[in-house]
Amino acid sequence: MRNQQATKLLFEMSRSGRRAHHLPPLPAEGETAASLLPADQLADAPPPLPELAEGDVVRHFVNLSTLNMSVDTHFYPLGSCTMKYNPKRNERMASLPGLVDVHPLQSDRSVPGVLQMLYELQQMIGEIAGLPGVSLQPAAGAHGELTALLVAAAYYRDRGEDQRRYVLTADSAHGTNPASAQMAGFSTRTVKSNAQGLVDLDDLKSKLDDKTAVFMLTNPNTLGLFDSQIKEITDLVHEAGALIYLDGANMNAILGITRPGDFGADLMHFNPHKTFSGPHGGGGPGAGPICVRDFLADYLPGPVVEKVGEEFRTVDPAKTIGRVRSFFGNVGVLARAYIYIRTYGKEGLRRVSEDAVLGANYLLSKVRHILDVPHGDRCMHEFVASAKKLKKEKHLSAMDLAKRLLDFGFHAPTVYFPLVVEEAVMVEPTETESKETLDAFAEALFRITEESGDVVEHAPHSTNISRPDDVIAARKPILRWTEKDK
Amino acid sequence: MNGYLFHTESDRREMLRAIGAESVQEIIDGQVPPAVQMKRPLELPPAADEMTLESELRRLAASNASVSSHVCFMGGGAYDHFIPAVVDEIASRGEYYTSYTPYQAEVSQGNLQVMFEYETLVSQITGLDVSNASLYDGGSAATEAVLMALASVKKRHKVITSDAVHPEYREILEAYLQNIDAELVVVPASESGTSEGILDAIDEQTACVLIQHPNFFGRLEQVRKIADAAHQAGALVIQSFDPISVGLLKRPGDLGVDIAVAEGQCLGNPLQYGGPYLGIMACRQDLMRRMPGRIAGQTTDRRGNRCWVLTLQTREQHIRREKATSNICSNQTLLALRATVYLSLLGPQGLKETAEHCVVKTNQARERFAASERFELVHAGPVFKEFLVRDREGDVQALLEHATDHGVLAGVPVGPMEPKWKDCFLVAVTEKRTEADLDRLMKVLESAPADEANRLAETV
Repeated sequence: MRNQQATKLLFEMSRSGRRAHHLPPLPAEGETAASLLPADQLADAPPPLPELAEGDVVRHFVNLSTLNMSVDTHFYPLGSCTMKYNPKRNERMASLPGLVDVHPLQSDRSVPGVLQMLYELQQMIGEIAGLPGVSLQPAAGAHGELTALLVAAAYYRDRGEDQRRYVLTADSAHGTNPASAQMAGFSTRTVKSNAQGLVDLDDLKSKLDDKTAVFMLTNPNTLGLFDSQIKEITDLVHEAGALIYLDGANMNAILGITRPGDFGADLMHFNPHKTFSGPHGGGGPGAGPICVRDFLADYLPGPVVEKVGEEFRTVDPAKTIGRVRSFFGNVGVLARAYIYIRTYGKEGLRRVSEDAVLGANYLLSKVRHILDVPHGDRCMHEFVASAKKLKKEKHLSAMDLAKRLLDFGFHAPTVYFPLVVEEAVMVEPTETESKETLDAFAEALFRITEESGDVVEHAPHSTNISRPDDVIAARKPILRWTEKDK
Repeated sequence: MNGYLFHTESDRREMLRAIGAESVQEIIDGQVPPAVQMKRPLELPPAADEMTLESELRRLAASNASVSSHVCFMGGGAYDHFIPAVVDEIASRGEYYTSYTPYQAEVSQGNLQVMFEYETLVSQITGLDVSNASLYDGGSAATEAVLMALASVKKRHKVITSDAVHPEYREILEAYLQNIDAELVVVPASESGTSEGILDAIDEQTACVLIQHPNFFGRLEQVRKIADAAHQAGALVIQSFDPISVGLLKRPGDLGVDIAVAEGQCLGNPLQYGGPYLGIMACRQDLMRRMPGRIAGQTTDRRGNRCWVLTLQTREQHIRREKATSNICSNQTLLALRATVYLSLLGPQGLKETAEHCVVKTNQARERFAASERFELVHAGPVFKEFLVRDREGDVQALLEHATDHGVLAGVPVGPMEPKWKDCFLVAVTEKRTEADLDRLMKVLESAPADEANRLAETV
């Protein structure tokens, strides 16, 4: 059934003279484009793009799409990524003419509907965060981290506390945290986790001083645990004169249950492409709006939307850090978040998190009979199991397990993250999976642990390709097709 | 309840029984200290069903002027180019837009092959060796390129650019550079709107030069000359280019540029008030390991089949943490897919013709402004698809509002970005514009009352 031509490259399908796109002819009289430009600026020929018919293009990309797993087709328990159902109504509403085709530099007066939506979204996520200052500008979660750290740096500069050059990150944190800190010009120090997987308070105390700018915290953390010492942590950090940043990747666990602003965070980002159902697009686009306390709001990047009387206006905050990308922000992604939040409303969002917690704990109650779960028998929205025993007894790794799951029709969980768990298998089922799906996943996991090592080690067996050679790919990189490959 | 939840009451009971909990609240109480739990519901609007919400969104959407309700001559980094139906059709497939970053290559060959094809196409339009799989947008891509150059050219901290580079791109650069050891020098453009002044500013401390060609004013720069001077001084050259322009103009790689960046919105991506857009970046082979972002590469599987994987991941944050080349994680894969489909449809001839349409029609518009009594062209000399116009009556904001009220998005006011151009606006002309559109543009602008500003001020 599989179309064997599907994996030919566009460039291998190209035939000189084929065309898919036609424009109306330019007037025969009048100057030609080439005569209007200096000869030394002109290329001898246009770029050597492939030449294809429209039917070629459609069949190629449709066939390729069938080689992907996706949320629309499969259970995707990818820990830390919140791969929930992507509502189709979001796609249609966000694509309405008047939203999808508005130029970013149009006057405020000509886009009242867009600005109203963005203003209301600012209000709504500020309320969910418990932090009233909102910038919708950052393009992704990591971009939000960087932006918030630039805001913190501007705040300290303004207060004459330039000596605060250190950002603390947890050893269980996403890699983006230390990378963002570095880009914002800070040095990083790592705070250890304790045996329970929570912040080691003694280690935190030993690293807090008047050079500390920000402690970047993920709560619930990447083990799926809400840090019960949260008040002590935020008090300690605030006593040292530093700020708390909350990595909002795990907000799906706590919507309407607790708010970062209420537990002591000063700055945070949301991942609307996780928490608020924006599709992940095979790697993006996302968005990374940030929320901050009142005293930091003046430093946010502009523009932000204000309401003056009945009118909406874009303005730059008084002491703005400037901007971190061109134009307003990833409005298409933000529109989907707006539609999602409006769909659930005030009561519904809390139910989302409750069901995410219920699903994760249910799956955990099954998985802990199959794999070790080193950090407790309860969790928030996700949990981290360990394939350490499997490795010892059957020489099978977390990766082998992940690959074999693909044969059972499940996307693999996140593996080898967080770094604090050996042979980590990080599972986040989300609220949009049925009990039957969770049962089937646990059943597949169990069967794999019972299978012969040989079968698992060479998995997957049913996918279009078997395991690729990553080592050669990195050692002798081939990053584009070239003419000689023809 | 509205939404997408699954569990029936009996599911819930069974699940709780398996967990050994009385209620979800009991699980939450065991995790979240009661002192920090919310004691009230969130203050949000009530839930809305699909039908009600859609009619509300339709009302909101209808209140905006857009490129479908108005004739658009706005540019300034985002353009109203035609988007073929095939692009929307392919990008609306759930197998693409509901998938994740392709960490599991065996079940992501579709995305990975598209990324590899995208990278090849970007190499083809830039004339450079290596492309990544996308960055956020053209503006942040320019800044990422500068950071990459600062990391590559040791012990130099000076970054030279020109005020003919998009003002927002320069603002991003300033924001990113303010806490790191770098000095930003902005050279003013000449009378004719080009950046020769950079030649005198390059010195032995210069790490890199950032230019835009065609530049913010649509003017063409002497890229080769600037690149030669920069290389002579040991600096790298970054060009922000227009992907449509290389249908006619020489490519960055052919002009000696080391890193090319671009806003890829013009390649089949809708305007949607500023994003998501597509950051394009390509560089020379020797800079490859300094490149930020995901990269897909070719390899073979255990059975010897050709296939694709994410590669060179030791540059990335999830492996290298604070030593990574960048913090980027989510990128713009879906927009890169759209650009890949768009370029496959256009092919070399389609790209060339699109560029020709832009140049010819832009020139027709320029002639009309030049002939007008009210307006003047700020810069003499050739442009690609955009040019700066001065309104002798002075109040650009009011003029453009008047045009909007009469169905034309006549241009981008430059004053809010650069006060010295407060009486000027940028006019962009894409392949979509017709002779009749140009007639309408001129008629609407010339009919604007000169004292429109005063009239508006009175009515507000």
